[in-house]
Amino acid sequence: MIWEDNLAPLSTATADMQTIPQLLERNVALYGGKAAYREKEFGIWQSWTWAETAKEIDALALGLLNLGVNEGDHIAIIGRNRPYMYWAMVAAQKCGAVPVPLYQDAVAEEIAYVLDHCGARFVIAQDQEQVDKVVEVQDKLTGLEHMIYLDPRGVRKYDHSKLTRYQTLQEQGLAAKAQLQPELDARLARQGSDTTCVMLYTSGTTGRPKGVVLSNRNVVETSKNSSEFDHLRPGDEILAYLPMAWVGDFIFSIGQAYWTGFCVNCPESPDTMHSDLREIGPTYYFAPPRVFETQLTNVMIRMEDAGRFKQWLFHHFMAHAKKVGPDLLDGKSVGFGDKLKYKLGDLLVFGPLKNTLGFSRVRVGYTAGEAIGPEIFDFYRSLGINLKQLYGQTEACVFITQQPDGEVRSDTVGVASPGVELKIAGNGEVFYRSPGVFVEYFKNAESTADTKDKEGWVATGDAGFIEDGSGHLRIIDRAKDVGKMADGALFAPKYVENKLKFFPNILEAVVFGNERDRCAAFINIDLTAVGNWAERNNIAYSSYQELAGHPQVLATIQAHVEEVNVSVAQDPMLAGCQIHRFLVLHKQLDADDGELTRTLKVRRRIIEEKYADLINALYDGSDHVSTETEVTYEDGRKGSIKAVLELRDAKVVSAVKMAAE
Amino acid sequence: MNDMSGGNYMTADGRQIGNTLMEMKNITLRFGGVVAISDISFDIHEGEIRAIIGPNGAGKSSMLNVISGFYHPQEGEVWFRGERRPTMKPYQVAAQGIARTFQNIALFNGMSVLDNVMTGRLTHMNAGLFSQALWRGKAEREEVENRETVEKIIDFLEIQAIRKTPVGRLPYGLKKRVELARALAAEPKLLLLDEPMAGMNVEEKEDMSRFILDVNDEFGTTIALIEHDMGVVMDLSDRVVVMDYGRKIGDGTPDEVRNNQEVIDAYLGVSHD
Repeated sequence: MIWEDNLAPLSTATADMQTIPQLLERNVALYGGKAAYREKEFGIWQSWTWAETAKEIDALALGLLNLGVNEGDHIAIIGRNRPYMYWAMVAAQKCGAVPVPLYQDAVAEEIAYVLDHCGARFVIAQDQEQVDKVVEVQDKLTGLEHMIYLDPRGVRKYDHSKLTRYQTLQEQGLAAKAQLQPELDARLARQGSDTTCVMLYTSGTTGRPKGVVLSNRNVVETSKNSSEFDHLRPGDEILAYLPMAWVGDFIFSIGQAYWTGFCVNCPESPDTMHSDLREIGPTYYFAPPRVFETQLTNVMIRMEDAGRFKQWLFHHFMAHAKKVGPDLLDGKSVGFGDKLKYKLGDLLVFGPLKNTLGFSRVRVGYTAGEAIGPEIFDFYRSLGINLKQLYGQTEACVFITQQPDGEVRSDTVGVASPGVELKIAGNGEVFYRSPGVFVEYFKNAESTADTKDKEGWVATGDAGFIEDGSGHLRIIDRAKDVGKMADGALFAPKYVENKLKFFPNILEAVVFGNERDRCAAFINIDLTAVGNWAERNNIAYSSYQELAGHPQVLATIQAHVEEVNVSVAQDPMLAGCQIHRFLVLHKQLDADDGELTRTLKVRRRIIEEKYADLINALYDGSDHVSTETEVTYEDGRKGSIKAVLELRDAKVVSAVKMAAE
Repeated sequence: MNDMSGGNYMTADGRQIGNTLMEMKNITLRFGGVVAISDISFDIHEGEIRAIIGPNGAGKSSMLNVISGFYHPQEGEVWFRGERRPTMKPYQVAAQGIARTFQNIALFNGMSVLDNVMTGRLTHMNAGLFSQALWRGKAEREEVENRETVEKIIDFLEIQAIRKTPVGRLPYGLKKRVELARALAAEPKLLLLDEPMAGMNVEEKEDMSRFILDVNDEFGTTIALIEHDMGVVMDLSDRVVVMDYGRKIGDGTPDEVRNNQEVIDAYLGVSHD
């Protein structure tokens, strides 16, 4: 094992490491010749060693100094995951400035709000699209002074008085190195644990995004603890494909990568993510439940198109894998015959499938952000993929709880991460305290005080409980979403929605029922799955709307809803959450319309307001409802769609009857 | 004649237009008794986007085929880069630096996107049969160089995700883009596009327009295109030739053409005031 030799210096050399730039320097010394970044470009994986990375970052940092960046300035960074953009973050840190990564798919207004709120003097944009968005709003931004762009395509002819190309900036920096280097060194020497490492805007399920200020102590300590928890090591590979503005990507692709010294791989384009995943074969992998769901849906769709023998082979061995796979992964004892059969299945089915999915080498896999359907979770684990759950948020530098190897279940989010203390308030809300707890919300002392008390306890906003015996935390729902039905029974919409979303045909569901006598639901069909079904059954449709309103689709969805009702009724505490009536929405819920957050979480309040007419119809007993909905296109233009929707009743099961059986 | 006829000017969006790249002098093309093109002259400047428009059967595609060397006009002269072009086979024309796309997509359906685009590099391959068969020396070097050029074009047209997909499995809009990629792979001096937007929806048209403008901007490629969509033609092109029944009835900037009474009558419809 070549890495064993490197582990000793790692622990001794890191004792006094306080900041990301210091970790970079250490990595150059320890692993200078090993790959730090890779990116597929022009069909080939290009790579940069730690030493080359440091050179690039230095040149950029000098360039930024040359441009007049001061300590404490905010530098906004907008673009997709590319090594250059990660370097920009570290270069900003070197100058003593604060990098502020933004969501690349944010529309101009959202960008304007954040740029204005943090008073960014500089923006580093990846391509013309991002430059255009900032140009569109720059008149409103008094603080913005200069923009740097990476990809010159289409930008060459722009007015360059306030615009510089990334590479040009690096050249300018290198040219002025002699006079700027002492200043850069002085700034680096002034940085320590309390220096701000990054500011991340939370997507905010309600209201305006808030700027979460994370110090180097937050990031470095959390990265250290979590890397040790999962035994991450140099030589690990990750694929950086999640938005750079999201705390998870920052911790995985910068925090843990710099702490551990592993390699960050960037896909060629968002569309090639899956083939790039296969080529890299990451050993450490994170994806939100939705990605796992989509992949499983795709596998199932492709299996339905496969020949009869292949289908039989798949289903036969998957059934066996479900029985013994998770136990094998947890190291429990399994009979010899079962083990042998699993081996055979691995050879014929699981191995090739994992390879196709790009999971052949995954040693540690995580999912978080939303609850994952138990069947989805078990599917991946039974293939032998060490998929685990964690629970976290931006304010905690991700990690609050994690599942240790061998203690993995789909209904818990694990035990407190190293260094984290947990407590449950009277109303069920989960609180935590850890070295990763954020410094403050930028320019928002009021919210800071609301969220973090004087002793450092942070309210998560989620309701949950710690399970007796195992000590695992179980999350029920958002604390503010957990409500009461009119008869006093517990109302936990997400619990039901997650059950619905397990069906490949259902992409999204929103359940209503707080303070009402019964529950009703909106359903979004999954165009891939339902479209494929329509194609196989020769059902013609011209639009999403038409397919969503097709009687046979409604019948299928109704069957799903009724199946969920049966399953919900089994838990006496939640039996009241069965769905009495539902409708299939004529449009997909979309972040551009404000219905979802950028991380694709449902924004209940907004949906309740926007679709008030539909909700009323669900409760007033009408069969049909006609509605008009405003939609926002990707370029920011608005339009509207009209539709007549059919409302359907679903059978519910009486909880008492179930109990009697 | 407009004031831009001589070339060497700057467009409103800051592109430099050079000297005359190609000149058609009094071209007449007949098929038996049918006169497809009658006595048409026009020129194409270096770096410009030149459109040829006209109603169905006006002779636009025939004109493009004359430029690409597929048809040989009975009368008239074709001048390219300051020299009169003798009668040539299409492959000889291609070697001179003229590449084209087709109205009805003409790709190799069973081959991958990458291989299709690589065929566009054919004019840049010189290695002998023996060297190619063994894939040693010159053949290998050439392949690496050509692949690099092709990959840049794939990146430029944002078709990385379908690099290895057989062309037959692609939707129409993407096939059109692959065809453009193949034409670009030849690194042409002059790019001929025969109805690049035909059969596309609005979004695909917007994408294609963006790519055509970017090609012109980034590589400085001169482009001659035939297109039916008036909005597209007027937005994209620097100068427009209007044909009707094989005759040229207008030539000038989009604005000039738009206000030309003969063009309005013949093509855009007689106005009703």
